[in-house]
Amino acid sequence: MGYLEHKFEDNIIVTKLDKLLSWARSTSPWYFQFGLACCAIEMMAAAASRHDLERIGMMPRSSPRQADVMIVAGTVSIKMAERVKRLYDQMADPKYVIAMGSCATSGGPYWQHGYHVLKGVDLIIPVDVYIPGCPPRPESLIEGLIKLQEKIRGERPLTKEKDA
Amino acid sequence: MINEQVAQKLETQFPGAVIVQEEPVEDCIMLTSDQWQDVAKFLRDDPELKFDSLQCITGVDLGDENPMDVRYNLHSMSLLHKIEIRIPVKKDNPTIPSIEKIWRIGDWFEREVYDMYGIRFEGHRDLRRMLLPEDWEGWPLRKDYETPQTYHGMVVPKVKS
Amino acid sequence: MSIIRGEEMVLNIGPQHPSTHGVLRLKVKTDGEIVSEITPVIGYLHRCFEKHCENITYEQVIPYTDRCDYIAAMNNSFGYVIAIEEMMDIHVPERVEYIRVIMAELNRIASHLLALGTNGLDIGAFTPFLYMFRDREYILDLFETVCGARLLYNYMWVGGLSHDLPVGFVEAAYKFLDNFEPQIDEYNNLLMYNKIFVERTADVGVLPADVAINYGVSGPNLRGSGVKWDLRKNEPYSIYDRFEFDIPVGEGIMGSVGDCWDRYWVRIQEMRESVKIVRQALKQLPSEGDIHEAIPRKIRPPKGSIYKRTESPRGDLGYYIVSDGKPKPFRVKMRSPAFTAMSVLDEISRGWMLSDVLAILGSLDIVLGEIDR
Repeated sequence: MGYLEHKFEDNIIVTKLDKLLSWARSTSPWYFQFGLACCAIEMMAAAASRHDLERIGMMPRSSPRQADVMIVAGTVSIKMAERVKRLYDQMADPKYVIAMGSCATSGGPYWQHGYHVLKGVDLIIPVDVYIPGCPPRPESLIEGLIKLQEKIRGERPLTKEKDA
Repeated sequence: MINEQVAQKLETQFPGAVIVQEEPVEDCIMLTSDQWQDVAKFLRDDPELKFDSLQCITGVDLGDENPMDVRYNLHSMSLLHKIEIRIPVKKDNPTIPSIEKIWRIGDWFEREVYDMYGIRFEGHRDLRRMLLPEDWEGWPLRKDYETPQTYHGMVVPKVKS
Repeated sequence: MSIIRGEEMVLNIGPQHPSTHGVLRLKVKTDGEIVSEITPVIGYLHRCFEKHCENITYEQVIPYTDRCDYIAAMNNSFGYVIAIEEMMDIHVPERVEYIRVIMAELNRIASHLLALGTNGLDIGAFTPFLYMFRDREYILDLFETVCGARLLYNYMWVGGLSHDLPVGFVEAAYKFLDNFEPQIDEYNNLLMYNKIFVERTADVGVLPADVAINYGVSGPNLRGSGVKWDLRKNEPYSIYDRFEFDIPVGEGIMGSVGDCWDRYWVRIQEMRESVKIVRQALKQLPSEGDIHEAIPRKIRPPKGSIYKRTESPRGDLGYYIVSDGKPKPFRVKMRSPAFTAMSVLDEISRGWMLSDVLAILGSLDIVLGEIDR
């Protein structure tokens, strides 16, 4: 805390509960350690020494039950697609999905002749953030995660939804 | 030259096993499938040949009405020579003896060829689909394969928007 | 001694599991904690490489070869391009040969670093992983200055390379090697001679040499079993016959020959040898030469077929290419070393504890992209 330590009287912060909740959610979205293909190596690189995802509150979890964000890192094959769906269903709400790389976004280089490749993970689960690249650099992944944090921060989880 | 020597040796040992090519264009030995298991064992165990390492099994669909080929690349790690063996199989109901007991890696290679071409390896202990799901239809690497439209409700070809 | 048999249980590991190096599923039959049978179920990353090859031109195949083994992309495209070059009888300039070797060996170091790091991670050592990724990043930086990509390079072309070396690359490479060599000792102190690591890996998952050959296991896994076999020496391709280097083999220092520790040790030693090769190549690198000189205008290999194998970080990487004289390959088959290494898992992990299976799996250094293609 440094500068701020022992400097104040008793305090009250006035804010909306909504905002507090989404702020808390946005600063520690734990991601699901779940690599599929090439992009998983870049995801590991992003979590390892140089890029260090933990400084923006991202921590890898090995179980879907503990994770908030699923990073679909790599090509989703048709054999794997049912498992991806099941893993998504196992995650607790609120849950978010990042499609990392062009394969997860649209089938990538395998879009034309890939008889066993799902052409985009959004065909089976909803996606919040798409990250382009084949594979995206760790910096792009971090950019995508910050975008997701912005999205979470803008959410109002407690407010009644107005009729559209 | 190693091909010719091996072919001659096989011809004397197993009469009728080698298919004589009229114009040998490529460096390979053509065999018939009926004695293949014995030939394979001979290739591995003969002290002058000693093909102890099976490098690769490739299925090739030659298109149209031609028979399919199963191609074996054999190397000898002790004598440092290599040959290629080709065995043609019929396109309708393709079968070939399995050699997985001779070279154990043949087990997985054969399953892969079965998965891609539908060539049945007789005597294989566990011939199942390897890469594709068990209930997948068709043999993807055959030249006349058509990609299915859906699989378990998932759209397979690229959705045109 | 009589063995008491309990009830068998089938356990599923994967396809999502932090220690399976991707999307691999293992059906493990266990008797209590003892493994009695493992059935690997693969294909969760089958991306139809071979079908793609039949539908695209020869040069378009190169990016797909990169994506097969995404950890050692340089080595994979290296194998493919020299197969095509041999078919078309192309002789590339000296400078290209040297740059290729430098890139391939640097990528081998990067690949081994990742393999060793994740091997440690699998059995609970987190710190070496971070150290090894730190050094791997420096190699990726070098690649980035050369071709702009970090992981999948598309750098080797048939007859040449996509880019020439940038100014200052040689100095940067020397600097990296000087920094990197002492780091290897650091890894050794951190992990290799660590008591816990030795206990977990020595004498575990012994792979005898004859079994390894029969299963087609190659590369560091085969050398870990004490077989002195390296295609760079035994069947020299490109210009590997010009360099002096040793082939490290497993000697059973901590346990018996062919155990997990030996496979680990071989990889560590191989990094030293790769450093040696890169040093020699940098020293002999010709300063002149047009790297685009030998790139053919049209890539149409004559009718025929070829089986060409090279030594990738995981072992014998073979390409079987059939050409019918058209711009598209008739058939490309990739014989991947990880595929054969995977098939031996059942054989060597029977009778071990469940937790040892992951140590064995980590020591085999599999890449799922290459197994499933």
